[in-house]
Amino acid sequence: MNILVFVKRVPDTESKIRLNPGANAVVEDGLNFILSPYDEYAMEEALRIRNAQGGKATVVTVGRDESLVVLRKCLAMGADEAVLLKDPLPETYDGLRTARVIARFVEKKYPDYGLLLFGKQSVGADNAQVPSMVAEFLGLPQVNVVVKIEITGDAGVAYREIEGAQEKVAFPLPAVVSAQKGLNEPRYETLKGIMMAKKKEIPIIPIEELGLSPEELGPQIEITGMAMPPVRQAGRVVTGPPEETSKQLAGFLHNDAKVI
Amino acid sequence: MILTYIELRDGKIKKASLEALSEGRRKAAELNQQLAAVVLGVGKEGLAPEIFAYGASQVYFLENPAFKQYSTQDYAFGLAALAKKIAPEVIFFSATALGKDLAPRLAVKLGVSLASDCTQVIVKEGRVEFTRPIFAGKALLSVTLKSSPKIATLRPNVFPLAEATAVLGDVIKESISLPEDRPRAWVADILEEQGGELDVSEADVIISGGRGMKAPENFDLLRQLSALIPRSAVGASRSAVDSGWIGHQHQVGQTGKTVSPNLYMAFGISGAIQHLAGMSSSKVIVAVNKDPDAPIFKVADFGVVGDLFQVIPSLKEELKKVLA
Repeated sequence: MNILVFVKRVPDTESKIRLNPGANAVVEDGLNFILSPYDEYAMEEALRIRNAQGGKATVVTVGRDESLVVLRKCLAMGADEAVLLKDPLPETYDGLRTARVIARFVEKKYPDYGLLLFGKQSVGADNAQVPSMVAEFLGLPQVNVVVKIEITGDAGVAYREIEGAQEKVAFPLPAVVSAQKGLNEPRYETLKGIMMAKKKEIPIIPIEELGLSPEELGPQIEITGMAMPPVRQAGRVVTGPPEETSKQLAGFLHNDAKVI
Repeated sequence: MILTYIELRDGKIKKASLEALSEGRRKAAELNQQLAAVVLGVGKEGLAPEIFAYGASQVYFLENPAFKQYSTQDYAFGLAALAKKIAPEVIFFSATALGKDLAPRLAVKLGVSLASDCTQVIVKEGRVEFTRPIFAGKALLSVTLKSSPKIATLRPNVFPLAEATAVLGDVIKESISLPEDRPRAWVADILEEQGGELDVSEADVIISGGRGMKAPENFDLLRQLSALIPRSAVGASRSAVDSGWIGHQHQVGQTGKTVSPNLYMAFGISGAIQHLAGMSSSKVIVAVNKDPDAPIFKVADFGVVGDLFQVIPSLKEELKKVLA
């Protein structure tokens, strides 16, 4: 079975985010970028399924040349091929546009896929839209926020997290599945893998060459502002014997904050 | 018209849906529009009075035997059929597991973009602006949607419930026929988490533990506190989860859940930037930590510098007194 994995380059979760309010954009200088953590689970799962069942695992991203780094990481982990869908625009926060680009790419270039894997959301835009939207564009079943996948022949079962429970979802292939933390423990790249990934040629396809109209490539979301969240003020801090501090804390919760 | 999707779990309306309905009522008044709601299932009309009470003047009940169990594809099909018929200006979902799964699929069927997990909806000169956290709350993004209907998912526990009033409206039943040969995913089983614990994303109070908890069994201390406090849930920091002390579904922060409870209690959590991002929009934050310089104290409304293993047992007794 051939598997396509869709990944994104994002700022490290330890990063402090700064804004350029004039440009309605995040300041990228000084940020460390990584493969989005949920995408790493998706990549790992693709490698496990490929190793068990054969076929190819191809990793794809939509982005600028800078995104080649995360594709190389995936190649070093063990992906067979990588493709960059080159987008002239910076982050649009428009999941529909990204999904349309991906769906058109899959239809045109990889019609023989069996499984499309994504992270449940990118860490950053936090949209959690693209997997479901790609599934709808391609008319495929979807299972999101998955912590376990079993593939047997041309069907699968995935365990999806919902509030306080898991749904066991059965689906025919091809299908879209998005990964949640807990799905697996991603492997580290080997030195040999890193060397091979460096040499591998990565095809770059400009998204304008996928046959989409300028309207289809224009964002339908207009960014009207970006801001930092309100700064919280540090409150009272107490020390002392636990009997006293716990009494003060309970008093604060009940009498002052009135939350208990 | 503003249309609000009403989500059911075990036959009951989720609180998050009533919050979305309440926000729908406020925005409908500002936009001078009607508020409608939609329920999918079979024989659910008994829920109408509760929905009217939160301000809807029409409730659409979409029926098909397949709607008894949630299926993204079938539900999106039903909702798209309704949206094309009644042409709402705005559609609200709550940003629950189901809402996040369903809304994007409907958006594609209607050919529109989507604003996810919004924490504020503002009407400005007749235009609707959606504000949503990005980077798990490290920054806020405001957007408008160019196409119509404007679909948004609203974060649970953020939008206040409107006051319920006894009013009546129209019940409209629609029978939906689904395409026959659809390759669809279906829910074969639902496995409830042991102990029936409340999810952190839905809790009014979150009692969280970090590296300072030292061992998995010590999370029982937090579970004991949770047992005392109504609508509370146990949360955890990434380091506690990555140490294998508690399941990742409890994780709060950038690779876990972003939460806004009424009260967030942090025990033995230092306050790494990715954790603070995920909980700083809580209404009240309290922290107990041995280290007086822990960053968590910079965001806490009340902090206790001390040993959590000594503070929790006496806090339990104090809470029993005030809750009695």
